[in-house]
Amino acid sequence: MARILVVDDSVSMRKLVGATLTDAGHEVTEASDGCEALEIAKKEEADLVITDVNMPNMDGITLVGELRNVPAYKFVPILVLTTEVDDAKKQEAKGKGATGWLVKPFDPEKLLATMKKVLG
Amino acid sequence: MAKGSDIQNQLLDVFFEECEEGLETVETGFLELDVDEPDSEQINLIFRALHSIKGSSGSFGFTAISEFAHHAETLLDEIRSGTRGIDADIVNLFLKSGDHIRAMVEAAREGSTVDAAETQTLTDAFKRILERAAGEGAESGSRSSVTNEEEAPAESLDRTWRIRFEPNASMLQTGNDPIRILRGLEDLGSLTVVAAAEAIPVLREIEPENAYLSFELELTTDGSEAEIRENFAWVEDECRLTIEPVGSAEALVEAPLDADASDGEDQAAEAADASARAEGGEARRSKPRSGGENARANTSIRVSTDKVDALINMVGELVIIQSMLSDIGENPDPSKMGKLREGLAQLQNNTRELQERVMRIRMLPISFAFNRFPRLVHDLSEQLGKRVELKISGEGTELDKNVLEQIGDPLVHLVRNSLDHGLEPSDVRVAAGKSEVGTVRLNAYHRGGNILIEVSDDGRGIDAEKLRAKAIARGLIDPEEVMSDERIQQLVFEPGLSTAEKVSDVSGRGVGMDVVRRNVKALGGNIQVYSKPGEGTTFTVRLPLTLAILDGQLVRVGSEVFVIPLVSIIESLQIRAETSNTVAGKADVYRLRNEAVPILRLHDIFGMDCGGVDASLVGKLMVVVESGQTKAGLVVDELLGQQQVVIKSLETNFKSVAGFAGATILGDGTVALILDVPGVMDQAGKSRPRPRKSKTAEPQPAPAVG
Repeated sequence: MARILVVDDSVSMRKLVGATLTDAGHEVTEASDGCEALEIAKKEEADLVITDVNMPNMDGITLVGELRNVPAYKFVPILVLTTEVDDAKKQEAKGKGATGWLVKPFDPEKLLATMKKVLG
Repeated sequence: MAKGSDIQNQLLDVFFEECEEGLETVETGFLELDVDEPDSEQINLIFRALHSIKGSSGSFGFTAISEFAHHAETLLDEIRSGTRGIDADIVNLFLKSGDHIRAMVEAAREGSTVDAAETQTLTDAFKRILERAAGEGAESGSRSSVTNEEEAPAESLDRTWRIRFEPNASMLQTGNDPIRILRGLEDLGSLTVVAAAEAIPVLREIEPENAYLSFELELTTDGSEAEIRENFAWVEDECRLTIEPVGSAEALVEAPLDADASDGEDQAAEAADASARAEGGEARRSKPRSGGENARANTSIRVSTDKVDALINMVGELVIIQSMLSDIGENPDPSKMGKLREGLAQLQNNTRELQERVMRIRMLPISFAFNRFPRLVHDLSEQLGKRVELKISGEGTELDKNVLEQIGDPLVHLVRNSLDHGLEPSDVRVAAGKSEVGTVRLNAYHRGGNILIEVSDDGRGIDAEKLRAKAIARGLIDPEEVMSDERIQQLVFEPGLSTAEKVSDVSGRGVGMDVVRRNVKALGGNIQVYSKPGEGTTFTVRLPLTLAILDGQLVRVGSEVFVIPLVSIIESLQIRAETSNTVAGKADVYRLRNEAVPILRLHDIFGMDCGGVDASLVGKLMVVVESGQTKAGLVVDELLGQQQVVIKSLETNFKSVAGFAGATILGDGTVALILDVPGVMDQAGKSRPRPRKSKTAEPQPAPAVG
């Protein structure tokens, strides 16, 4: 169905999100940090990006900003997946152009419900 | 959720492994952290690791871990953002917490429980620090996340809501699309939508990337207002939003609303919800447990894809050779002999290489064993009140996973010993003109088919005289025996000998060094000590790279073939009349250059009946072997080839037999026993009178005391 780019430096989180989405019939590409994600995103278009915030090399918020500068990603939904609950982080992400956020702990059912919301 | 649980179970191993790595990062991070000038990148690194552990443990249903990690993370976040300083106490608290999280993860893996009191103590410690100054922001923020969960529908009756939704012009640029929000609302109940198009400008002025439509919605749903609002959560700041129940006199609720504008009426429901969630947590927990047991039974190794690719290549070549050989086999023709020989040679090369590469999969860098030492030294130096610097090198040196797992404890003992006995207290060091800070070095490198691990310190060294006196007092050596300092030093490995003046918590009860030696020997290795009084001590552990395969020299004794590990062989020679003589009646000694080497007849030792054993040794073949510092000559009937043999355990297939390290199966299918050289020398030493007072030769077969 949709092509989804999942970005997280934690393998287990990445796999968990990835496996949940794959099971739901989506095509998932994984990246372990912002830099890698940006590179992949430029090569192959995604319908949705889900990214962690705290990552080495390039954090998720920077990634959001960078992606919005890529023409193909101007309107692509980008969700920030993070335990970072303080509003400042959310606002910062929104300010860079994030579509929304998912709060960890991660609940597969909720993720799928949210998918419906962003993939229409 | 059911589907989610399956996925979670499948990924548990990944999760546990990741926790382990994360905790490693946290621990080394803190140990290397300069408390006076903390490196912000390093703190970030630790923070990310901790943060990941918290995030994934929550997502895998281990709420206790995630809650506990949260406290640590909160404090670290303050340190990271610079609102709080860091000191040695805080570092210690983090280290302890790391241990505790490790215990919690371990418990989660095994399905057991952890010490709740410890959790409480550490949690309290974090809270105390966090309360010490302002910095509650993060704390209160996290609270809201907990209550932010789905709320139980307060009213089950359908109600109709009138919603006015006016997206800002820029909403599309964050990837939000009003149409998707409308679809989300549609899922809640029946929805009628009226779009207001009056904001659309004339064509010339249209910005195609802007949103111009606004919406009047009527939604009939049994969902709560919070559920409706959730659909707008991401665009709160990017729109004007009013939601009001139809036919109600309630005032308009202006958007954006506070996230926690939950109705007071929901409090009871919320409490019920919380308990339901707690139960859910329990239920979720029980599942991973079974998976955890599984995980323990089959531990995994991470293998780099390079290694796997190389293997696949090798197997590819094998297949080619196999088809070539079977072709020759099907159409045998003398003219193809050359090709056959060539193919077999290739097969041999390939098999050997394949074997090596498969072994390499099991090889792990010794850093896995070294990693625990920074912490150990940190804790121990504090306990002992000594300042110690640990220097690690060669941590990339690889060795077999099995060996690696078993060498940890002996190394710990050696390091403890160095800290406790080797290094002097600061005042003594300063008085001796040394730096106040003692140094302990860990080093590893490959030499031949072995890995050498050195544990050295720049402490006081071993007092040979004291050790000798002790050994004499215990009757381990003859008072008149002439021994070099070097040989005396090896006595530290004898049971019951310790030069520590007082027994301490850390070490010094005299148990240990002999156990270390026994463990090292059990791994097919040996250990030596080299010490210079006043300058320091170095322990060198020599281990085979792998336990599964060894390079062996095949020898024939009588009608049997034995394998002597190549590592212990110094040379093989033919006995000449003038170089061998018999001392003290029965013991034969060979004069090898300037050393006297006892001659051991394998026929005798193994009780094999071979005619003419006691006949002259002249002209016989002798393999000179070494165990530790001592040498011996093994008399054999014939030297056969050298080859790598796969070690089969005697214990598992038969029973342990003294003098043999195992057995192997030779090319022709027969079984050959592999000699345990130290064991054989031991046995020989016991079975014959020890020529103690020999003055001719210094290196006697040191009867290794078992």
